[in-house]
Order: sequence, then C-alpha cells, then structure tokens
Amino acid sequence: MAYTEEELKKELETKEYEYGFYTDIESDTFPVGLNEDIVRAISKRKEEPEWMTQWRLEAFAAWKQMEEPEWANVHYKKPDFQAISYYSAPKKKDKYESLDEVDPELLETFSKLGISIDEQKKLAGVAVDIVMDSVSVATTFRDTLAEKGIIFCSISEAIKDYPELVKKYIGSVIPIKDNFYAALNSAVFSDGSFCYIPKGVRCPMELSTYFRINQAGTGQFERTLVIADEGSYVSYLEGCTAPSRDENQLHAACVELIALDDAEIKYSTVQNWFPGDKEGKGGVFNFVTKRGICHTNAKISWTQVETGSAVTWKYPSCILKGDNSIGEFYSIAVTNNYQQADTGTKMVHLGKNTSSTIISKGISAGKSQNSYRGLVQVNPRAKNARNFSQCDSLLMGNDCGAHTFPYIEARNNSAQIEHEATTSKIGEDQIFYCNQRGIDTEKAIALIVNGFSKEVLNKLPMEFAVEAQKLLEISLEGSVG
Amino acid sequence: MLTVNELHASVEEKEILKGINLQVNPGEVHAIMGPNGSGKSTLSTVIAGHEDYEVEKGNILFDGEDLAELDAEERAHKGIFLSFQYPVEIPGVTVTNFIKTAINASRKAKGLEDMPANEMLKKIREKAALLEIDSKFLSRSLNEGFSGGEKKRNEIFQLAMLEPKLAILDETDSGLDIDALKIVANGVNKLKSKDNAVVVITHYQRLLDYIVPDFVHVLYNGRIVKSGTKELAHELEAKGYDWIKQELA
Repeated sequence: MAYTEEELKKELETKEYEYGFYTDIESDTFPVGLNEDIVRAISKRKEEPEWMTQWRLEAFAAWKQMEEPEWANVHYKKPDFQAISYYSAPKKKDKYESLDEVDPELLETFSKLGISIDEQKKLAGVAVDIVMDSVSVATTFRDTLAEKGIIFCSISEAIKDYPELVKKYIGSVIPIKDNFYAALNSAVFSDGSFCYIPKGVRCPMELSTYFRINQAGTGQFERTLVIADEGSYVSYLEGCTAPSRDENQLHAACVELIALDDAEIKYSTVQNWFPGDKEGKGGVFNFVTKRGICHTNAKISWTQVETGSAVTWKYPSCILKGDNSIGEFYSIAVTNNYQQADTGTKMVHLGKNTSSTIISKGISAGKSQNSYRGLVQVNPRAKNARNFSQCDSLLMGNDCGAHTFPYIEARNNSAQIEHEATTSKIGEDQIFYCNQRGIDTEKAIALIVNGFSKEVLNKLPMEFAVEAQKLLEISLEGSVG
Repeated sequence: MLTVNELHASVEEKEILKGINLQVNPGEVHAIMGPNGSGKSTLSTVIAGHEDYEVEKGNILFDGEDLAELDAEERAHKGIFLSFQYPVEIPGVTVTNFIKTAINASRKAKGLEDMPANEMLKKIREKAALLEIDSKFLSRSLNEGFSGGEKKRNEIFQLAMLEPKLAILDETDSGLDIDALKIVANGVNKLKSKDNAVVVITHYQRLLDYIVPDFVHVLYNGRIVKSGTKELAHELEAKGYDWIKQELA
C-alpha cells in the first residue's frame, strides 16, 4: 500500500494507549487541596523527622509566592492546585517483608506493565523500585546490592535510615526555590527513589524505578536522589505509565543527581504517561525538573525517550562544576494527536576543560507541537569549554509543528560551541520504496523512525532499547488492520 | 510471466499510458527505450503498484494473476522488483538492516520464519562479492551520501539478495561511469536464469551492449510503437528518436 497524507493521518488516529488500565486497589487518599496542614500531614504520614517537615514548609511558603511559568511553547488550562489530592497510597500494612505479601491486584498491575518481578529475581538483571501513586511499593535486589554497600530504597526510607546523606544532598542541585514545580514538589513529594553508590564501586546491575499514577484526581510528585561517590559508576533507568482518564493528571517530579569526583551516572528514562485521547482529552501534565552536578572528572549522561503525556515540560540538565567534567543529553521526543512537548537541556559550564554533547531527535505527528529548548552556558572561568549540539526534527503529515529554541551564552572566548539542526519529513517516496521491497507501510514508518532516532536509541541500555523501539512503533502507528 | 493488456494509466488525471501491450516470458530480457516523457518510468511504476497512478483501462497479469487489487508490497512478495531511477535515502537505516527487513517481510508473507542470521550473513557476503561491494558499504545508511554509482549498485545488490522473478531496471545506467556500468551489468547477467526475466528501461543503447536484450520495444507517447530485436536499439542509436517520430507523423 502506497501511503498518502490522508491515510497516515487516519492511521495515526487509531493509536491506542495500551497502558490505560486502572487497577482496583483500595487506596488511602488525602482530601483535595493544599495548605500547610496538608504538607504537615504528608510529612507525618511518612513519619519524617522535624528537619524534613521544616524543609517542606519552607518550600511551601516559597511556592505560594511563585507564579506558574508561561514561557514554554505549550498551551493548556492551568491545573487547579486546590482540586488535587496530594497523597494517595495503595492501602497496605506498614511495610512488606517480601513480595508475597503484596496485594495480588498490584502484582497483576506489574505484570500488565511488563515487569515480571519473578523473572527479575531470577535473572539478576535489573533491580526495580516501583512507585504506585505516591508510594514506593516494592524494591527488588536490595540484599545483593547491600553486599557492595550500595543503598537502593525509597526516598522515605532513606529519610529515616540515612538522614545525614539525604540532608546533605536533597535540594543541593535543585534548590527549593528553583522553579514553581520544583518548589511544589519539595513541599508535597510523597515518595521516590534513593540511591547511593559508595566510593570506587561499580554498580553491578541496572537500577530501575517504575512510576505509575493509578488513582483519579491525584497528583504524583516523586523525588529521586542519586549520589555517586568518588570513582563510582551507576546506570539508572526510569519508566512511567498511567491509566487513561478524561481529566488531566498532574505529575511534577524532581530528580537530583550528584556525581562526585571521577564518578559516572547514566540516567535513562522511558516516559510513557497517558498522552490523552485522539481529541486531546485527558492525559498527564508532566512538569519535571531534572538536574545533575558533576564534580572533577565526573560524567553525567541523560538519555530520554519521551512518548507520553499531554503536555511535557522537562529539561534534564548538567552543572559541570568540576574541571574536565562531561555532560551528555540524548533525547527522543515523540508527539502525536494533540500532545505538546517543550523539552531540552541546560549545560552549564563552570569548570575548565568541561565538555557537553546534546543530541535531540523530535518526531511530530497528528496536530502535535514538539519544541526543543536548550541552553549552553559557558561561564567566565570555564576555559576550553566545548559543546556540540544537534537537533533533528522529523515531521509526519501537515498539521504538526517542530520548533527549536537554542540559547548560547559564551562568556569565555576559548569556548568552542557547535550547533547543527535539520528538519525532514517522512516522504511518500520513502514509503513507496520500502513497499516495493516488500515492507508494508506500518513497518516502513517504524524503520524510518528508528533510523532517525538511532543515535539516541544506541545510548540506552539493551533491555530498554528494545522496549523503547517498540514504544516508538506503538506511539506512531497504532493497530492498523 | 508478465502480460500487459491494453493498459491505460494516468497520474493526477493526466493520461500517460495509452494502451500498452507487452508479453514477457521466463528467461527473456526486454529493453524498453524511448525519448524523455514517453511514459517509460510510468510503466515501471504502475507495474510496481504505486497508488498515485490510476489504471483506467486494461490490466496487468503476473503469472496469470491480475495485479489490480494488490498493494505494492504484495506485488513485491510475488517476485516483482523495481530498481529505482532515483533511489531514496533512509538515514540511520543501514544497507544490511534494510535488506534484512525486506527479506524477512517477504518470508513472513509466505509464512516462513525469519532467515537465520548466519544464512543471511553468508548470502550478503556472497552477493556483495558478486557486485564488488566493500563490506564497509554495507554498514552505511541506505543511500545517504551515496554517489550515483553507489546508489545504482546498491539497487542491484538488493536485486541479488531478493532474487525476484521479474526485475525491472529503470534507467539503471544513468549516473554510472563505464566501470560501474560493467560491474552492474555483469551482476545482472550472472543473476539471469531460465526462470526469471529482466525488463531494462533505458534512454540510451549503451547499457544494452552489456545486458543484451532478446527484444527491444520503443515507447513513444504512451504506446509501444515499434518492437524488434537488439538491432533495433542500434538503429535508434544511429538515427535518433526523431526517426520514429517522423515515421509516425
């Protein structure tokens, strides 16, 4: 079948969100609304120490003074922050001793998400922390990791068990007043993951967190803190899904990475929050702050595959503080139907001989709008800083948009900054060529999109790369006859 | 194998083919020649099944089956191959990955499993050697940054890998220097058998020195106006297409 614009449009509309199920689990959900009492109640429910409660209250006070940002190239009805419930947890005993005690409905959810906990236990491939609504419900492989001194647990446990580490680093990369959503997250975050890799340790497996919003009318505000001590290495994966709902759900996460001298952190995300239906109804508002700091000779790599969410506002960034440190950002952002994404990165060069690489691949279909927004900032002391940026856009059909907003601020004249950008369209001639070789239109689009995204897909850990490729196909093609 | 009956076809409501008749049998090589705009590429595109081209009258039979209801990829699965005049670029998809996808798509359509990796590799090596293709070439993105000659050689490489029953070579000689032309022609000749057939579409006689046709047809203004043996090609070369035009006038 040769392919026409009209057919492509139709084809894309048939796309279904396969993670749109809702799990019927009894939940303990707070009343809607946000005030100091709610912030205190969250902190109390988490049995947090006083310093943590005070930190949250300080963030809440700051948030009240702040305005929701409007500079991004996205348009949506602002959420009513008083109509959201800020805490929802699957009802459970205080703590699970083993997975056998976990609600079978919940385990069923995991298997629908493609997370086979049994398999993972056996294969020792990936250690997973699963965050459902607001609470971390299962962390696998903790004992194996503990032998190496690696801490991998929920952030609430970390606050209780490793307060000195949390106190030292939380908010150190993303200050509570950093931005509107970060302040909100700091006030109300209910859970998330915590990871600490000791000096000189190479984490023997991928660490992974799976986030899921389940309850209606709740927001998800998770907080992730990853600390790689001197000379250590860790690869961290993050996956997200949500049920299909008519109303918009709010997700405002914060991820802080700390790479101390000579350490390396690889952080990969496959974001597949519910994108809304084909009329643009519902879907997750994904307002996320992610930032890492690199000390001397350290390296942070962000890789993201963004296919979900109705609105995405997300700029995983690197502060290259130490000399010779390296920051990388590899991104694939797919938007379809009425999705809007404004995503990119900030590379802040502070140390000498710092270098950064940005590879961004935007794929737009339907009536969606896809924007890359990036800042490369070279500070006066950052001698011999280097940056290479490449932003490629692929358009499908005539009703979508691709936008690039690169900002460059060079305040040291030894800086070398390169920026390349391309925009292309999947052509009927490409599809016909594939058809003539026996490849049907659906497979042809997958082939072309995967080829376009290859440089980024190659950066993902193996297991994730396969999932990501599949996700790209699902996001763009739907279930055609 | 291929029977074209009184074929009328149009694109964007403009009639290009105005009654083509053509019979191609297994083991035969046919050359279709003609001046620019006579409908040569349209004929190949219609046989391959491009949707933008409307068959107004007549039909195309392949092994006795009417192709009218078949999509381009189904025609490919049945063994029709078109070597494009202007092969497209697909960035990020390697020559190897592309051919692997194509072969397995055809196998799937026939209810077969994917070709085992070692078998695929063996076949790729064998066909690459036949066409004097460097292994580095195989890991490059499909047609991206290829010279004209490399693009055409890649088309013939795909032909060799897919082993179709009917190969249509659309202006395969354009963009080729004489050395590349010889390699490509030599490759096509080696792939020829009593069970398959080749249709060569060309503007010039040059390619026909190397791929020798059994029949030569002259296409002019949407019709085959003259058919003959390879001598007809030489006559055209000597007298030019004006001779045909005058004869018809």
